[in-house]
Amino acid sequence: MTQGNINASENADTAASVGIVTPRMESFEQQLLLETGRTLPRFDIMIETYGTLNADASNAILICHALSGHHHAAGYYPNESKAGWWDSCIGPNKAIDTNEFFVVALNNIGGCNGSTGPTSPNPENDNKPYGPDFPLVTVRDWVKVQALLADRLGIDIWHAIVGGSLGGMQALQWAVDYPNRLKNCVVVASTPKLSAQNIAFNEVARQSILSDPDFHDGRYLEQNTFPKRGLILARMVGHITYLSEDAMKQKFGRDLKSGNFLYGYDVEFQVESYLRYQGEQFSRNFDANTYLIMTKALDYFDPARDFDSNLNKALAPATCRFLVVSFTTDWRFAPSRSREIVDALISNRQPVSYIEVDAPQGHDSFLFPIPRYVDSMRGFLGKPKANISGHNVTQIAHIHSKNNQSHTDLSTQKQQTTQEQQS
Amino acid sequence: MRLDQQLAERWIKPGSRVLDLGCGDGELLVHMAKQLDIDCYGLEIDEDKITTAIGRGLNIIQQDLNEGLGRFADQSFDAVVMAQALQAVKAPDQILLDMVRVGREAIITFPNFAYWKTRSYIGFRGMMPVSKALPYMWYDTPNIHLCTFRDFEALCRANGIKIINRLAVNGDQQGSFLMKHFPNLFGEIAIYRVSRS
Repeated sequence: MTQGNINASENADTAASVGIVTPRMESFEQQLLLETGRTLPRFDIMIETYGTLNADASNAILICHALSGHHHAAGYYPNESKAGWWDSCIGPNKAIDTNEFFVVALNNIGGCNGSTGPTSPNPENDNKPYGPDFPLVTVRDWVKVQALLADRLGIDIWHAIVGGSLGGMQALQWAVDYPNRLKNCVVVASTPKLSAQNIAFNEVARQSILSDPDFHDGRYLEQNTFPKRGLILARMVGHITYLSEDAMKQKFGRDLKSGNFLYGYDVEFQVESYLRYQGEQFSRNFDANTYLIMTKALDYFDPARDFDSNLNKALAPATCRFLVVSFTTDWRFAPSRSREIVDALISNRQPVSYIEVDAPQGHDSFLFPIPRYVDSMRGFLGKPKANISGHNVTQIAHIHSKNNQSHTDLSTQKQQTTQEQQS
Repeated sequence: MRLDQQLAERWIKPGSRVLDLGCGDGELLVHMAKQLDIDCYGLEIDEDKITTAIGRGLNIIQQDLNEGLGRFADQSFDAVVMAQALQAVKAPDQILLDMVRVGREAIITFPNFAYWKTRSYIGFRGMMPVSKALPYMWYDTPNIHLCTFRDFEALCRANGIKIINRLAVNGDQQGSFLMKHFPNLFGEIAIYRVSRS
C-alpha cells in the first residue's frame, strides 16, 4: 500500500526526508457527477503516500494541495534534486511525522499532473485531449473524489485533513460534507470565500490566458501549441499576490540587473527578472485550462452560500477539532479572513485553536517551516488514536461540549440514513 | 492544588462553558477540563505558551485582550476567568464590562496595591514596590493599571456589577482571619467572583 514509503536508513543522504518516492495512479471506472450537473465517465487520480497505515487505519492524514500543487508533496523522485512541494513539513520527525502517520497526497481532478484533467484523453471525443470540454470542478467535487479515494485506501476516518490556501478550503469543506470522517482539520492561510479583490486578480490571470492568440479557444494541444505568454502573465500576477511587499523589498528592492537604467522595456529591475523567470518556469509545467479551472474553483468556493451567507450555519455540521493558521503579511487571504472561520466556529461552540503567525513571506508563508507554525501544527496533530466506534474524536475532544457529542451522534445517524438510501 | 484550581472546582459547575483570558500554557484549563468536563477556550498572546497549550489539546485563540471580547456573544459562557491580567490591560473597566457581558459570571484575580507591605515599601523606601506578587521594576512592568480591593469595588459599583464572592490571599495563596476582615490591608492578591446585577 505504501510504495512511497522508504526506510530512512536507506537514504542516509536525505535524512529526515521520506526519501525516494513513487507516485501511483488510482483509476475509478465509475461515473462522477459534478456540482455543475455535468459528469465524468471515469477518472484517474495520481497519489503519493508516505509512512505506513496502521492496523485500524486510524493514523491517516490527507494533504490537500493549493492552486498549482499536486501529489508530489514530499520526498524525491530518482535523479531529481527538487523535493516535493511540502517536504519541509512532511517526513520522519517533521511536523507531519511519517513515523507516526500515513500521509496521502493527491493531484485533484482538473489538474495537470496525471489526474484526469483538461490534458487527459476525452473518451467521449475520440480520446482527444479534453481541453475546454473538461467540466468546471469545485472544491466540493474535489472533496467528493477524495472521499472516494479514502474508501479505496480503506480509510474511514482521517486522523487529520490538512491544507493551505485552496487546500485549506478543501479541508474546511471536508469538515462540513463528511463530518464523521475526520477528527482534526488544519486550515492554513485560507478564507471562507474569496473577496472581490481576490476574484479580480483571478480574472486578470484568466484574461491573460484567454486573450493569448495561442489559446485557440482552449484547443491549443490539438494545434501543438499552448498559450505560453498568457500563462506567464497569469503566473506573474498571481505570484505578486503570494508575496508580501516587505518580502519583495527584501528580496529585490529596486536592484538593477546591470546596475544602470537602460531606458527600455527589457528586464532592468531584479523583481522583473524574477517574475519573468517564475512565469517562464510555470508556463512549461502547467496547463492553461487547468489554471482556468483552478481559479474558478477558488472563485466559486463559498460554503455559506447555501445558508443565506451565514457561515455559522454552514460550519455547524462539523464535529472535528480545528486548527486555523494565518500569517501577518498574507494580504491575499489576510488574518481577518481566517478569523471569520474562527469566529463562526466559536459561535457554534466548536473546538478550534487559532494562531496568527508573524512571518514575512506573505501568502507563501504556509509553505515554509516557520517554527511556531509547524510546532503548533505538530502539537495539534498529536499522536494517532485508535478509532473507537461512536467516539471518533481523540481523548482531548471530550473536553469539548456535549453539544458536539450530540452533533456527532446526529451526523452519524444522518450518514447512516443516507447510506441506507443510497444502497 | 493551586488556589485557582481549587476555586475553579468550587465556583465552576461541571459541564460549564468557560473562557480563560490570558490562559498561559493552559494549566488551569487542563485541570478544569479533567476535573469538571468543561467546554473551554483560552485566549493568549504569548506565542510559546500558545504552542504549548495547543499541544495539550486545548482550544486556544491567539488574541490580545486589549482588542476586547467583541467576537464573543453576550452571555455565551457560564464563566469568564482572568487571572492576574486585569492590571496589565489598557482598559480594565472595558474588559471587566466585557467579561460580565460574555459570561454569566466572571472570576478575576489581581495584585492588591494597598497590601500593607506594598504600602510600607513606598512609605519607607520611597520607591515603586517589588515583591513576589509584583516582581517587575517600574520601567519594565506590564502592570500599567494597578489597583486595590477598594478601587475594584468602586469600579464595580459604578458599573452596576454585582460582587458574588470576594477572597483575599497572600502570595502563597493562603487566606487568614486578618485577610478576610481587612482585605485591603492584608490581602496580597484579590480574587473576585462577579456578575451583571
